[in-house]
Amino acid sequence: MAVNKYLRQRFFPHLWCPGCGHGIVLNGMLRAVDKLGMSKNEIVMVSGIGCSARISGYVDFHTLHTIHGRALAFATGVKMSRPELNLVVPMGDGDALAIGGNHFIHAARRNIDITAIVMNNRIYGMTGGQYSPLSGQEVVATTAPFASIDPSFDVVELSKAAGATFIARTTTYHVKQIDDFIKQAILHEGFAVVEILTQCPTHFGRKNKQGSAVDMMKLYRDITTPIGSKAKQENPNLIERGIFVQEEKPEYSREYDKIIERATRG
Amino acid sequence: MEKNVKFVQGNEACVEAALYAGLNFFAGYPITPSSEIAELLSGRLPASGGKFIQMEDEIASMCAIIGASLTGNKVMTATSGPGFSLMQEALGYAVMTEIPCVIVNVMRGGPSTGIPTHGSQGDVNQARWGTHGDHSILALTASNHQDIFEMTVTAFNMAETYRTPVILLFDEIVAHMRERLVIPEFGELPLVERLRTSVSEGIDYHPYLPREDGRLPMSDFGGVHRYNVTGLYHDMWGFPSTEPRVVHELIRHLVDKLENRVNRLAHYKEYFLEDAEYVLVSYGSAARSALHVVKERRLRGERLGLLELQTLWPFPKEVVHEKCAGAKAVIVVELNMGQVLQLVKMAVGDPERIFLANRIDGVFITPIDIMKILRLIQGKGV
Repeated sequence: MAVNKYLRQRFFPHLWCPGCGHGIVLNGMLRAVDKLGMSKNEIVMVSGIGCSARISGYVDFHTLHTIHGRALAFATGVKMSRPELNLVVPMGDGDALAIGGNHFIHAARRNIDITAIVMNNRIYGMTGGQYSPLSGQEVVATTAPFASIDPSFDVVELSKAAGATFIARTTTYHVKQIDDFIKQAILHEGFAVVEILTQCPTHFGRKNKQGSAVDMMKLYRDITTPIGSKAKQENPNLIERGIFVQEEKPEYSREYDKIIERATRG
Repeated sequence: MEKNVKFVQGNEACVEAALYAGLNFFAGYPITPSSEIAELLSGRLPASGGKFIQMEDEIASMCAIIGASLTGNKVMTATSGPGFSLMQEALGYAVMTEIPCVIVNVMRGGPSTGIPTHGSQGDVNQARWGTHGDHSILALTASNHQDIFEMTVTAFNMAETYRTPVILLFDEIVAHMRERLVIPEFGELPLVERLRTSVSEGIDYHPYLPREDGRLPMSDFGGVHRYNVTGLYHDMWGFPSTEPRVVHELIRHLVDKLENRVNRLAHYKEYFLEDAEYVLVSYGSAARSALHVVKERRLRGERLGLLELQTLWPFPKEVVHEKCAGAKAVIVVELNMGQVLQLVKMAVGDPERIFLANRIDGVFITPIDIMKILRLIQGKGV
């Protein structure tokens, strides 16, 4: 399938390192858009700062590359003012859940129709490999030379508690799930979170002795399992993949129509 | 009898003006002494086809209005000191990406939480330099409700004309005071609407290529032109660039588009300046007491005049220089430690003639406070 028609050739070459998982996510995202048959004019991609955030520049949609952590707040303004547009917000783990954590939980609480893609490589890549709130304990980073003592968030549990109405997780090894989940997330009316474990061989893999990009992807194969699998019962340390939450609840920008109705009834 | 006469707070005058100017999206977060603006708009906007959202903080509010401006709306947020501090990064983003928006800062005493329920004019320099990096900025102020109305409309017009954030620096005293406001008829005040590109679908649209007159026609997000917006230095397509020529030209463009028009952007009022020996320079609520002093002393034959500034940034230095040229002494009246005083000193170029009459205790400066300083300057004792 040709994803080229969605790319801004003028913007290449991209800045990602060899072996980076972000290109796989980009590919999956474009395949999802292609399968949905959406017009490029209907899609607004908003991103913050980081390696992941650079995705927005490479795609031929309406693209808004903003400031660190605030992509969802910008996206909320776009969505509220033009509810018919489809908002896709790719974020890194630090962008989404450290500096952007507050906006993340509030966007989820409102259940505003935005697709949030958390590209989780457990590290700040662009700034050179510092630990993030998703690194977890015993991870070595440039700011954790003796290993991190910080527990990590569980994106799925956090999103659930905050009120997201579509929550899924997969990895760059499971490429077909990426476009399937993103497709369903875009179709979902409400706040949708897709967490994708994506390898950073340059900063995370090297420091934590996880080998090459291919080795890291094989690790995703080995440490993850479908939701509720027998393997999970036998080994609780496995990370579950799949769709965790998919429910219908009133969507924020549409709910505002009720306010307009009440205000204009006089 | 006039039809549209109201007895309102300054914050309400700002709301009326914003709606008059075509505001249709507001995002905000509660903070004293600006909250009435959000409260009023939460009812008025949906009634007039607009949208209101209360965000999780001031950072998010600033970001949301930028997003909504890009889809083609006139947008505003309102806050006070601590919230204004939080907005600075996104404010710089709006400067860099040239997105029209209006930010109201109803000033209270700082630093930090300071004195939330009392007036101050301590954010003048923050409005200029609060966000990092070289840039230029527009900031307007007003001393009464009629002027709040006019300056608010002007702020929206300037935001659209120059594709820039515009800051309205009101203060707690004017914002919470009640007085008469005459709402102009529609058409009485000029309104500037968004300049949209005439480039048709399929033709390469350059969102950041200025026209001959320096203006950049916009295209709404969701429309037929898809382009990139970034806070990085960018070329005419909005693509990031570290090319020295691109970086140089963009920063020059961002600064020059305002600094080359300082006189055109200068709004001010003058009272009895023709023969004034003593010129008071003031703005916002402090200018009310300054005007009182000038009018009162004129009755007694003293040659006092007032220059009331309404544009604070870019600072109208030529206007100040010219109006103060013949004065024996210039007294800057303001509610801070002398933020505009320093600018007036630079503009007039004769610092020995320039004095400060101020209060920094959260209390409104009175005509008596100003008179005491004036008497000292005149060598008449206290």
